Amino acid sequence: MNITKFDSSYTPQLKHLLGIDKTSQLDLEFIISKSLEWFDKNKNIPKKFDVLRGKTQINLFFEPSTRTQSSFELAGKRLGADVINMSLKQSSVTKGETLIDTAVTLNAMKPDLLIVRHHSAGAAELLSQKVDCSVINAGDGSHEHPTQAILDTLTILHHKKRIEGLKIAICGDILHSRVARSNLLMLSMLGANINLVAPTTLLPMNIDKFKVNIYNDMREGIKNVDVIMMLRLQNERMLSSYIPSAREYFRYYGLDEEKLSIAKSDAIVMHPGPMNRGVEIDTSVADNVQSVIKDQVEMGVAARMAILEILSMR
Amino acid sequence: MNKSTLFKNALLIDPKNEKEFVGAILIKEGIICEIFSSPDLNYSISNCDIIDCKNNVLSPGLVDMWVFVGEPGYEHIETIEDISNAAKASGITSIACRPDTNPIVDEPELVEYIKRKSIDKSEINIYPIAALTKKHCGETMTEIGSLIEAGAVGFSDVYKFNNNTNVIKNAFTYASNYDALILQHSNSDLDKYGVVNESELSMRLGLPGVPTISEAISLERELMITKYASNRYHSICISTKESYEIIERYKDQLSSVTCGISINNLKLNENDIGTYRTFFKVRPPLRSEADRSFLLENISNDIVDIITSNHDPQGTESKRLPFEEAEYGAVGIETLLSASLSLYHEGHISLPKLIKKLTYNPAKILNLDNIGSLEVGKKADLILFDKDTPWVLDADKLKTKCKNTTFENQKMQGKVLLTMVGGNIIYSTIN
Repeated sequence: MNITKFDSSYTPQLKHLLGIDKTSQLDLEFIISKSLEWFDKNKNIPKKFDVLRGKTQINLFFEPSTRTQSSFELAGKRLGADVINMSLKQSSVTKGETLIDTAVTLNAMKPDLLIVRHHSAGAAELLSQKVDCSVINAGDGSHEHPTQAILDTLTILHHKKRIEGLKIAICGDILHSRVARSNLLMLSMLGANINLVAPTTLLPMNIDKFKVNIYNDMREGIKNVDVIMMLRLQNERMLSSYIPSAREYFRYYGLDEEKLSIAKSDAIVMHPGPMNRGVEIDTSVADNVQSVIKDQVEMGVAARMAILEILSMR
Repeated sequence: MNKSTLFKNALLIDPKNEKEFVGAILIKEGIICEIFSSPDLNYSISNCDIIDCKNNVLSPGLVDMWVFVGEPGYEHIETIEDISNAAKASGITSIACRPDTNPIVDEPELVEYIKRKSIDKSEINIYPIAALTKKHCGETMTEIGSLIEAGAVGFSDVYKFNNNTNVIKNAFTYASNYDALILQHSNSDLDKYGVVNESELSMRLGLPGVPTISEAISLERELMITKYASNRYHSICISTKESYEIIERYKDQLSSVTCGISINNLKLNENDIGTYRTFFKVRPPLRSEADRSFLLENISNDIVDIITSNHDPQGTESKRLPFEEAEYGAVGIETLLSASLSLYHEGHISLPKLIKKLTYNPAKILNLDNIGSLEVGKKADLILFDKDTPWVLDADKLKTKCKNTTFENQKMQGKVLLTMVGGNIIYSTIN
C-alpha cells in the first residue's frame, strides 16, 4: 500500500465507525494517514491538544476491557474532549434496562462521540440508529473490532513500510474473534495475502468465501510469512469442546521459538492482548525482539485520536 | 336457529378434490346443505339471505395449525379474544394453538380451560395442542389419553430438544395407542446458540448460525422412531431442501407422516435480515435463497402438506434488542392468506391446491372431520375473498397487539370480504 496523500480538501464520508466492512477504502486510508500524524505528534511533550475541546465523549462498555477503554480514554483526553467512562458490564441488563433505553438516555445528554463495546453482534449498529452522535464500535460480539484492525495495520506499516504483497498469518480462535474478522477485511482490502491458521473447530463455516488461505497445520500456515498475528484463546472455549486441552492447543497452535523460525527471519509477532502466555504464545516469543505487541498499544492511541478527530469533523 | 344463507355467483373452491367452479352454495342450520354448479339460480326459500358473491372466491375457512396464543400466562401479548378478532378478519376460522404457554398445557384441566375460554371469547374454533412431556422437561410423557378426551388435537414439545431418545421412543409408542398426532419442530442441540441460518451471511455478521444439519438430524431421528412406533407424525415447519428430501423418503414408506412449512420460509430468505433486523429472527431461521427457491418450486407437490403462519407475537421490548438477545418469532395470522395467495399469483401453485394446503389438509391431519372441506353435511365455516385486491401492509394497522410482522410495507394481494363460522357471519365488509 502506498499511503495516499490527502490534501486538506478531503472530506471523509463516514458518520460512524461500525466496522471495516462498512467503511470505504479511501476513508480507511485517510484514517491511517491521520493516525500517522498523531503518532508523530504523540512523541512531543506536552501531549495535549484542543481538537476536541468542548466535545463530550462517552465510553460505553458492556464488556470488561482494560486496554481498549483506556486507549480511547487517553485518546479523547489528549485531544481535549470531556471523557466519561461507563462500564455497565451486565449490570444494566440485570436491572432490566435495554441497550436502546441506555442509548436514548445517553443521547439526551447530547454527547458528540459514543464509543461502545457490547457482547452482541450488531449492537453498535443498533445504537447508531438510535442516537444523533457518531458511534464508534469498540467490539461487538464476534462481529467486528475496527479500531483494532486500524491500529494493527498501522503497526505493520510502521515496521514493514507497506501492506500490499505482505504475507500475513492470523492464528488461533478465528471463529469467535472480531479482531480476526476486522483484520482480514482490512488487510486483504489493502492487498495483503492472508493465511488463517486454526483447528477446523475454531474456523467459521464459509470462511473460505473470503479471499484467504486456510491452514490447519501452523507450520504450513506461517512458512515465510512477514507477520504473525496471534489471537487470544478464551478459556471457556475449552469447556465447550472446541479443543481438547490447553496443552494440546499449545503444542499445535501455540507460537514458540521453534515455530517462529519457520516464518521469515524478520517476521513480526503481534497479539491484540491480553495474552495467555503458554497457551497461544510462549513467553520467550512474547518478549523477544520480533514482538511488536507494545507498539500495537502505542499505535492504538494514535489511531483512536485520528478516528475521534475525523468523526468530530462532520 | 340459524337462518339459511345462499351464496350465489361464487368461485367455489373444493379443496378436497382440488377443483374450482362457478356455482352457488346453500347453508342451513350451520351446515353446508347443498352445492350447485350453476352460478345464478332462482332459488326461493323462505327466511333465506341471498349473498351475491360477484365471482369472488368462496372456500372453506383457513385452518392454521401452528399458532401461539398467549393464554394462559401471556395475556399481555395476546388473548384468545385478540386472536379471534385478528383471525376472523383474515379468513382464518380455525387454529391449533401451541402448548408452550405459562403454565405449559400438560394437564387435561388446562386443555379444558382453553376450550372453555374459547367458547366464551372466541368466534373462531380454537383447538389446543398439548405438551408431549410434562412441563416440556423431556422426562415423563403427559397423560395422552386423558388429554385427547379433554380436547387436545396433538402433542408437541415445541422448541424443546430432547436428548433422551428413550423418552421420545416411549412417548411416540404410547401415543400410537390413541392414534395421537405428534407435532414436532425439528431442532437439535446443534442450534443451541444459533440465531440465524449458518452461512456466509452469518459469518459476516458475526452471528452464531443454525446449521441445516440440525434440522435434518432431529427430523431423521424422530422419523426413524415414528417408523418404529407407528405413530402419526407431523413436522411443523421444515425449512431446507435436506428436510424436504427426508420427508419425501419417509412418505414413500409411511402414510402417517406429514409436514408443514411456515409462509416466512417460502417468502423470505436470510438476506432479509439485512443489518440485524430482529423482526426477521424467526424459528426455523430464514434460510438461503437456494433452500427457499427449492421449497417454493416444489410447493405444488404433495410432500409439503400444509402452510402455516407460524404466528408468534412478540412485544416491542423483546425485539428492540441486539439480534442475539432478541426473541424469536413474527406475527402472521393476518398475512397468511395474502402472502400465500402470492404463491398462486406468481404461478407456483393452483388456487385449489393452495387452498387445500390451508384448509383440507390441516383439518385432515388434525382429525377434524367436519371442517376444512366444501362438502354437503360439513360445518359451514366459509370465507369469501377477493383474491386480487392489492394493498400495502402497514404494521400499525394490524389488529394483533404485537406488530412484529415480517411483511411491513410489502405489497400484498387478496382481501377477505366475509367470514362465516357454523353458518353465522362473524365478519363482513359487504353490505
